[in-house]
Amino acid sequence: MSADTAQQHRVPPPPARPPLARVGRPRQMLDFYATVARTAVQEQFQYRAANYMYMIGMVVEPVIYLVVWSVVAEASGGSVGGYTPGGFAAYYIVWMLVRNMNIVFTPYGWEFRIREGQLSGMLVRPIHPLHYDLAYFAGWKVIAVLLWVPIAVVLALLFPPELSVNLAQAATFFVAIWGAYVIRTLLLFVLGLVTLWTTRVAALFELYFAAELLLSGRLVPLDLMPDAVLRWVDLLPFRSTFGFPIEALVSDLSGPQLVRGLLAQLFWIGFGWLLAMVVWKRAIRRYSAVGN
Amino acid sequence: MADVEVDELTRVFRVPVREAGLGAAMRSLVRREHREVRAVEGLSLTIEPGEVVGFLGPNGAGKTTSLKMLSGLLHPTSGTARVLGHEPWRREREYLARITLVMGNRNQLQWDLPVVDSFEMNRAIFGIARTDFDRTRDELVELLEIGHLVTKPVRNLSLGERMKAEIAGALLHRPQVLFLDEPTIGLDVTMQKRIRTFLAGYNARYGATVMLTSHYMADVSALCRRVIVIHHGRLLYDGPLSELAARFETAKTVGVTLVDPGADLSRYGEVVAVDGARVTLRVPRADASAVAARLLADLQPTDLTIEDPPIDDVIERVFATPDEPGSAVPSDEKLPG
Repeated sequence: MSADTAQQHRVPPPPARPPLARVGRPRQMLDFYATVARTAVQEQFQYRAANYMYMIGMVVEPVIYLVVWSVVAEASGGSVGGYTPGGFAAYYIVWMLVRNMNIVFTPYGWEFRIREGQLSGMLVRPIHPLHYDLAYFAGWKVIAVLLWVPIAVVLALLFPPELSVNLAQAATFFVAIWGAYVIRTLLLFVLGLVTLWTTRVAALFELYFAAELLLSGRLVPLDLMPDAVLRWVDLLPFRSTFGFPIEALVSDLSGPQLVRGLLAQLFWIGFGWLLAMVVWKRAIRRYSAVGN
Repeated sequence: MADVEVDELTRVFRVPVREAGLGAAMRSLVRREHREVRAVEGLSLTIEPGEVVGFLGPNGAGKTTSLKMLSGLLHPTSGTARVLGHEPWRREREYLARITLVMGNRNQLQWDLPVVDSFEMNRAIFGIARTDFDRTRDELVELLEIGHLVTKPVRNLSLGERMKAEIAGALLHRPQVLFLDEPTIGLDVTMQKRIRTFLAGYNARYGATVMLTSHYMADVSALCRRVIVIHHGRLLYDGPLSELAARFETAKTVGVTLVDPGADLSRYGEVVAVDGARVTLRVPRADASAVAARLLADLQPTDLTIEDPPIDDVIERVFATPDEPGSAVPSDEKLPG
C-alpha cells in the first residue's frame, strides 16, 4: 500500500506524552550490572542445594590432583619442582576458588539459548548480551565464594597448606581473579558464537577445554611443565585465566612479575574484547531466529 | 514521517536438504545439498504513526520473518527498511529503546523469580528513571489487572497470566512501535478479549504504532482497521479490513427465513446451510441484489439478509491457494490496495 493509503487509515495519535525520563549511560550500566548480579544471586539462592552438590562435585578434581602430587612430592624426598605437600595443598585450595571464579556462560549453552529464543530476547534489548553474561556470572560468584569457604576450611584441616601472603600478593590476587573471569568470559563467548556457523560444535569445545586443562595450570602447576610447553603457554591466554591468579597468591612472585601478569591479563582482555566484537558482528548476521 | 517504511524487503534462507535413508546420509557427508527458501520476497509497505495494522498470512507466509527483520533480529537478503528513522538490523541502542517485540510463544521473563524482579531488570536494561518507572509499572499493572500476580514466580503463572505479565514487561519502556507476534496464542477467549482491550487502550493512550500477527480473526477485527495479507512471502493485499472481502471474495451470503420450510432454493444459488426455516445461500457477488429481489418476489420470506461471508472464511479462501504464489488471485489483485 502506498503512503497515501496508509495515511487514509491513520489513527490520529493523541497529544504526545512526555517521554520517560532515562538515566545517563554510565549510570545505566552500573545500575544494570548491579541489578543483573542481584538477580543472579536471587536465582542461585533458589538452587542453593543444587549449587552445593555442584560445588562438592567440583572438590573431587582438585583433591585427586592434590593427593597424587602430595604422594609424588613425598616419594621425591619432600618436594617436586619446589612444591611441598603443603605447597600443593595451598595451590589446590586456591585453585578451587579460582575455578569457581572463572565459571562463565558455557559455549554449550548457546545452542539452548538459540533454540529457546533467549537470544532473540537479548537482541531486542539495548544492552549487548556480553554485558548480561558478565553481570550475571559476576553475581553468581557471591554464592560460589560463600559455598567455597566451608569446603576450603575442611580441605585446609585435611591437607594443611603452606601459605604466606603479603599485601601486594593479596591485592594482585583480588584483581587477577576478576581479570581471569573477564578473559574467560570473552574467550568462551567467542567460542560459543561458533554455534551460529554450525550446530555440532562439541568437538571444537572439547579441543579448547583440553588445551586449557593442560596449558592453564589447572591440571599441573605450570612451574612443573617443561620449558618447551612453557614457550607455548606464554603465547596463549590460558595462564591468565587460571595459573596466574593462583601463582600470585601461593608462589613467591616478585613485584615486577606480578605487574607483568596483570599486564598480560590486560592484553588478553583487550584482545578478547576486540575478537568478541568482530566475531559477534559476523556471527549475528548469520542468526536466522527460525522457530523463535 | 511514517513510523515504518519498507521497500522491496526480501529474506532468503538457505536450508540443508537430505532424503531419508542411510545412502542419503552417506552422500551428504561428501556433498551437502541446500535449497533456498524465499521467506519474504519484495515486501513494500508504509505504516503511519498510531496505526494498528494486522499482518495476516498462513503458517510459513513470512509474517514472523518480516517482524523479525523490522525488530532487528534478522538481516534481510535485500531491500531496505526504516523504522522510526532507523535501519532495524543495525540495532542501535536508541532504536531498541523505542520498540518492543512480543512473541506469544516465548517467555522473556525471569522464569524462577517473581514478575516484579523481571520488571526491575527491564528498568535497568532501559535505564528508566525510578519515578517514571514506578508510575508506568503501576499503571500497566492496573490496566492489565495483574496486581495479585506480580509477586509470584513466573514459573507458577498460567499461560494467560504469563502473557499479561510479558506484555506489561515489554511496555515498561513505553515503546513507540510494538511488534506483536501472536500475542494471544493459546489463550482462552476471555483472556484474548482482555488483552485486545488493553492493546486498544494502549494504542489510544500513547498513539503507539502496532504491527500485529494473529491467527485469531477476532484479534484483527477488534484492533485493526487496516490489514496486510502476505502469502508465500509476497504481499497479497494491503488495505482496509472492511474491503478485504470485496477484494478477494467473489460471492455474498444471502440468508432467508422461509414461511414454508423445505422449499428447494438451489435454483437461486449454492445452498450452504439449512437450519429449520433459515436457509443460507452463496451467490455471485454481482448477482446478489437480483437474487434477493427474486427471493422476495417468489417466496415472500419473513427475513432476508445479504452479507459478506465471515472474515475467517474470506481469509481461508485467500490462503487456500496452490503453491504458486497468489495463483488463486487475479493478477491485478495481487497489487497493493
